[in-house]
Amino acid sequence: MPKQILMSREVLLTGAIALLLAIIATRFPAFITPSNLANVFNDTAPLILLAIGQMIVILTRCIDLSVAANLALTGMVVSMINVAMPGLPVPIIILVAVGFGALLGMVNGILVWKLEIPPIVVTLGTMTIFRGTIFLLSEGKWINAHEFSDPFKAFPRAELLGLPLMSWIAIAAVIFFSIVMSRTTLGRAFYAAGGNPHAATYAGIDVGRTQFWAFTISGALAGLTGYLWVSRFAVAFVDLAGGFELSVVAACVIGGVAIMGGIGTVVGAMLGALFLGIISNALPVVNISPFWQLAISGGAIIIAVALNAQANREKGRIILKRAEHAT
Amino acid sequence: MTNTARFIPDRLESPLERRLKSWETLLLAVAVGIFIVNSFTSPYFLNAWNLSDMTFNFTEKAMIAFAMALLIIAGEIDLSVASIIALASTAMGAAVQVGVGTPGLVLIGLGVGLICGAFNGFLVTKMGLPSIVVTIGTMSLFRGISYIVLGDQAYRGYPSDFSFFGQGYVFWVISFEFVLFAIIALLYFVILHKTNFGRAVYAIGNNAIGAEFSGIRVARVKFILFLLTGLMSGIAAICLTSRLASTRPSIAFGWELEIVTMVVLGGVSILGGSGSIPGVVIAAFVMGLVTFGLGLLNVPGIVMSIVIGLLLIGVIALPRLWEKWRA
Amino acid sequence: MLMKAEKKSEPASAENDMPVLTLNGVTKTFPGVTALSEVSLELFPGKVTALVGENGAGKSTVVKILTGIYQPNGGQIEIDGSPIRFPTAQDAGDAGVTAIHQETVLFDELSVAENVFLGHAPRGRFGLIDTSVMMDRAREILEGIGANIEPRTKLKDLGIANKHLVAIARALSIDARVVIMDEPTAALSQKEIEELYELVEELKTQGKAILFISHKFDEIFRIADSYTVFRDGALVGNGAIADVTEAELVKMMVGREVSQIFPNREHNTGDEILVVEGYEHPTEFADISFTLRRGEILGFYGLVGAGRSEFMQSLFGITRPSAGEVTIDGEREIIRSPADAVGKGIVYVPEDRGRQGAIAALPIFQNVTLPSLGRTSKNGFLKLAEEFKLAREYTERLDLRAASLDTDVGNLSGGNQQKVVIAKWLATQPKVIILDEPTKGIDIGSKAAVHEFMAELAAEGLAVIMVSSEIPEVLGMSDRVIVMREGRIAAELSGDDMAPETLVRHAAGI
Repeated sequence: MPKQILMSREVLLTGAIALLLAIIATRFPAFITPSNLANVFNDTAPLILLAIGQMIVILTRCIDLSVAANLALTGMVVSMINVAMPGLPVPIIILVAVGFGALLGMVNGILVWKLEIPPIVVTLGTMTIFRGTIFLLSEGKWINAHEFSDPFKAFPRAELLGLPLMSWIAIAAVIFFSIVMSRTTLGRAFYAAGGNPHAATYAGIDVGRTQFWAFTISGALAGLTGYLWVSRFAVAFVDLAGGFELSVVAACVIGGVAIMGGIGTVVGAMLGALFLGIISNALPVVNISPFWQLAISGGAIIIAVALNAQANREKGRIILKRAEHAT
Repeated sequence: MTNTARFIPDRLESPLERRLKSWETLLLAVAVGIFIVNSFTSPYFLNAWNLSDMTFNFTEKAMIAFAMALLIIAGEIDLSVASIIALASTAMGAAVQVGVGTPGLVLIGLGVGLICGAFNGFLVTKMGLPSIVVTIGTMSLFRGISYIVLGDQAYRGYPSDFSFFGQGYVFWVISFEFVLFAIIALLYFVILHKTNFGRAVYAIGNNAIGAEFSGIRVARVKFILFLLTGLMSGIAAICLTSRLASTRPSIAFGWELEIVTMVVLGGVSILGGSGSIPGVVIAAFVMGLVTFGLGLLNVPGIVMSIVIGLLLIGVIALPRLWEKWRA
Repeated sequence: MLMKAEKKSEPASAENDMPVLTLNGVTKTFPGVTALSEVSLELFPGKVTALVGENGAGKSTVVKILTGIYQPNGGQIEIDGSPIRFPTAQDAGDAGVTAIHQETVLFDELSVAENVFLGHAPRGRFGLIDTSVMMDRAREILEGIGANIEPRTKLKDLGIANKHLVAIARALSIDARVVIMDEPTAALSQKEIEELYELVEELKTQGKAILFISHKFDEIFRIADSYTVFRDGALVGNGAIADVTEAELVKMMVGREVSQIFPNREHNTGDEILVVEGYEHPTEFADISFTLRRGEILGFYGLVGAGRSEFMQSLFGITRPSAGEVTIDGEREIIRSPADAVGKGIVYVPEDRGRQGAIAALPIFQNVTLPSLGRTSKNGFLKLAEEFKLAREYTERLDLRAASLDTDVGNLSGGNQQKVVIAKWLATQPKVIILDEPTKGIDIGSKAAVHEFMAELAAEGLAVIMVSSEIPEVLGMSDRVIVMREGRIAAELSGDDMAPETLVRHAAGI
């Protein structure tokens, strides 16, 4: 089975990324030097983290439009904590970020699970509520670079074996969630609950609860990314990462995640994110206005979803084949 | 088969009875409540000109919301509407630069709306792609094109007679936009509730396959709905551009979510199959009144979004909580 | 393999009078409806108990209670004589109760082994799923039931019969003591059904208690040891299968004698109304040619998956044929869509009533008028009075039972839903009506009504095509029978050639 999967979407996407890099390299060879690629990966790390969470949510036939707002709210909360208590060690900040993000995700999850409100409505609502809450907390003010403590800002940039911690966190998340998805009961439950909710119920899987955990994971990752984002850019404000939820959904769609649920992989989501990340990093170096980015990612989404649909199209029943062999 | 056919009454409940128990009635009560509260909390509220200004908060969005309501009832969604506004507005702005007059601008606005709607409709009905992803894609694509054209610039210099659409008054405090809104509401009421086409929309939303098997041309109906949504976005673009007298690529940013909120608040099921135009009309007023009332109290816009978000989740969650409580 | 399961059930099979699982006075109510009232049921190790009843008798409710999907409002479930509760499906599984369902409800995107072990996969280090052990055990179980399926294959790449075997393997993998088979043969071919019977025998010798739910009397008498009959949510009889006859079972089910006699028909057929020549589709059917006359009932018989429905849907414009011609009433026509077909006088009552036939959330009158809106409206504007009039005319003709014409179709019984679908099509005044398994899954009373009505329609000069997999129905109703096999016409039979053995022979290709 791993062979089959590798032969399909992931390989195709890796090929597309290689082609993209090759095209860029013809105009700007320095782009594909290892150090620059590492930079691109590091820039894309937040998108990768969020795409993993979103993928899990989409697997269960839901969608989480509140991830970017969650990121911004959690980012603001940990920033304010840092301003109030500069001495608080970074690991505790990270725990707070993950926990707070997960809590926000649980709000979505509870509404979807217990009240059975359609996820798009729930997360549309919480998205605006989270953004508004940031305003209430911060009174609309920005928290700027000089207000953060140095360790708070230094963490994602700290290097280990030549890569910033930010990148390592993304790599760790990809590995960790690959294992969770393929080798744990919960991981398989995500696929089952989205692939065939009716059957999942009969197999002893509580579909609503599974969706709840998907939202919780998505929220936790958004919270983690919230800290990484504000610390890396050393700024927190209401509209932080505004509209980023759509890039996250785009990364998933490009990564082969089926919006109807049940199909998708962690590696696919990562590749989808990288695809977008490479484009946004490459535009300035190949002298295309960064204003092209939005349109290009829009086009990429449409092409990707068309290709996905082609691959997943229901094959009609083959009744005749045997008859022809028989006669 | 027995020959003593039993008499089956047409209805058990009169339409009036049904209407009294409906969502629309509840919503109307909410609207009246907000109106009363507003008139007590602010001395400026009960002023004809202020109330007239209030309508600008929702007229443009509501025009699109009517078409969106039909689309959502039919089981599809269009998240690209705000981006269609941006593209249509950009096209009109570009035309102004080469001296196109008001009639030409109107034609361009409507034409771009129709083309965008047709593009969405083509991808969804001819290629069989899920509309939520397609329109997330075209949402980036359409606005992306505006960014490519405009970058961080703006178009100005619209002809003076063009300002009538967004700034003109037909009679006393009754604005042109409000009249247009009322006419469009009436048209959509007739289309959805009084015609064969409207019946087909409900049938498709409840069971698209069943509708197809009943001889309804499902793809054609859906295509027309995307066209209508595009057209309404074009009309809204004309009004908004005229009102602002300028075009930036960020115009109407985030409106798609407010429009979907308006539709859902109006009692349209996000899962398709049910909803009404009166509901959307009342929802438009509710949202306008809330925004306006809070505005008079000097509450910033972002906080209003919390109220809107809570309203969206609350109006769906509360009845369900109530049912759970009783069970 | 399955050593554990065998060991567990050994003591029980030694003393056969002790039931593994007992339902004691179980009641289940929903708001406004009593689905089960104080029913009892006993399942013995190594025995097959057939659960019989009309649709709506409460069979599926029992299955849902036994598998932890529903909670009973009263009464008790007992395992080995001690009371037990199944708050979730997981608990039922843990207690050794497992169900194999009507439609194979499994997961297309997961591997075969994952389907078998979902929810109870073998764990290795760090509590992670041990994939290699899982594959090995899945292979073992599959081989044990004679299924040659690679456990790493994705389920979506298997055919329906193999999916069924995976479902059975899943049941075996949890050391089930009670196996519920809910209409397991509904979607299987004759050969696959035989294989399933062998499996049931195998399960019996392993000492498993089997609850077998089926509509087909022949298989009940073939494999069941005892029976339990439900009617309207209540127990009406049980006992050993050897002590009962088919007629007695039917009487218990419906509460009255039902004649299996089909309406007497005059075989008066008129002019040719429909000529199909060389209809062909790349993968589904080929070489379909036949004619149909006014007032004729033409039966289409074949095994499940012979391509009958696929061809009918193509004739109705759902799929486009790659070649072939249709002549309706002497006019050569191309049918591009269902709307097109309706316009040209061909209508189709689909087999999948819930998905393709009725629009559950719309009221009866709107369902009936949906394809006829052109006639009940003016310039595209609805006229409700006209709609009610048309709906009333046709639903009364079909003797529909409903509270009002404004009632949602979803609230009707299966038989009445079918009447709404048929009324919908008759209201279009068609020339040809195609009925695809018109009596499948509806109760015996409605069945007779549908048969009688078909005869009436034919007598009025309508041309009827009836797709059916039930031999008595095909032979009892049709003037002529076309047998399909593997997408092609295997035989066209009429008069004395229309005998059960001939049909089966052509359908199976022997």
